[in-house]
Amino acid sequence: MAYKFDFGAIVPHWQLLFDGVILTTELTVIGAVVGVGLGIMGAWARASRAPVISQIVGVYVELIRNTPFLVQLFFIFFGLPALGVKLTEFQAAVLAMIVNLGAYSTEIIRAGILAIPQGQIEAAQSLAMNRVQIFRYVVILPALKKIWPALSSQIVIVMLGSSVCSQIAAEELTFGANYIQALNFRAFEVYFVVTGLYLVMSILLRMGLKVLGNFLFERRRHV
Amino acid sequence: MSEFSLWDIVYNLLLAARWTVLLSLTAFVLGGLVGLLLLMVRTAGNPWVIRLVRGYVELFQGTPLLMQLFIVFFGLPLIGLDVSPWVAATLGLTLFTSAFLTEIWRGCVESIGKGQWEASASLGMNFTQQMRYIVLPQALRIAVPPTVGFSVQVVKGTAVASIIGFVELTKAGTMITNATYEPFTVYGCVAVMYFLICYPLSLFARHLEGKFRHVAR
Repeated sequence: MAYKFDFGAIVPHWQLLFDGVILTTELTVIGAVVGVGLGIMGAWARASRAPVISQIVGVYVELIRNTPFLVQLFFIFFGLPALGVKLTEFQAAVLAMIVNLGAYSTEIIRAGILAIPQGQIEAAQSLAMNRVQIFRYVVILPALKKIWPALSSQIVIVMLGSSVCSQIAAEELTFGANYIQALNFRAFEVYFVVTGLYLVMSILLRMGLKVLGNFLFERRRHV
Repeated sequence: MSEFSLWDIVYNLLLAARWTVLLSLTAFVLGGLVGLLLLMVRTAGNPWVIRLVRGYVELFQGTPLLMQLFIVFFGLPLIGLDVSPWVAATLGLTLFTSAFLTEIWRGCVESIGKGQWEASASLGMNFTQQMRYIVLPQALRIAVPPTVGFSVQVVKGTAVASIIGFVELTKAGTMITNATYEPFTVYGCVAVMYFLICYPLSLFARHLEGKFRHVAR
């Protein structure tokens, strides 16, 4: 074959990839924190079985889980301005990630809440705790602990999914890659390197979430 | 300049949705076959094969589907193969699907008790017979619900193929938007169509989960 690989052609553009990694990280951190927060509230609403709100959350979860992230992103970025909601690329990307992760984590966290033994809740009630206190002190931490591995995987999936945000010109890692290959026409080399970067990021993210899980859950065991 | 009515939009999207369905089916079937093959060599294999398959799974689960498609789409021409977006999308999604399915199924096979393997070995069965008559029939029942559930991920994954220029539902949505300037309506319709494909699959997976629960526990 005549093609000569030239990975060196990427080196002059390292700044673009570096900025991309930073922005992907920002997207992921904001998306994960707010998305899981949304998921906790959604799961509470679902598990409490309050008639109307529980159903609304149920519809939201099914709508998001059964449509592609890319379409959700396009709808938010291109569709919402028709309703007068104008968002920058970054805002649209973050919002899409929050909405997406919110739905998945609602379902995951709900499973954790349902796995809390009823006796725990009855014991808390007998101590005259109100519903908020029960949720805050008795239910949520053990529930999160139970489903932490599943939640971590979902956060990694959302981080990887953020690569399609390049399609609305949010300047994350894949956008950087597209930009570089448009400059030097070394598409394969660029995407190969960026795939490696994503792999490293997903491994680091998984490790980080594991450490965070240990910090959040293990420490309190002896209190 | 022609006007697009809502019906025109829906009709054209439906035409494109056929490609979404076809791509999903192809990737799911081929990915299932590759996944089964990987499961076999992994279950039978020596430590090196196991490590190799584990690396394969890690690679596809740890990188974005979009990057996998880009590498296939831009990489294959370098070794002299001219690939259309359809071939690149099929190949990329097949590899993606195989990695996830083989991992799902591995869990199912491992949940079959060691005693089953030992008992069948003591009857003089070889590996193929053990798999064929003892392990797979049991593992299959546990595997069906998560496999159906994963098919939803495959359908949603095909949306990413629009980015390498394969004209399926999402790409058609973009093209129609460019012609009509009605992104809200068009992407709304696109989302509804994906929902109509995926939601029955999700419901079916949940139904199966309920049905097979007593088997798994």
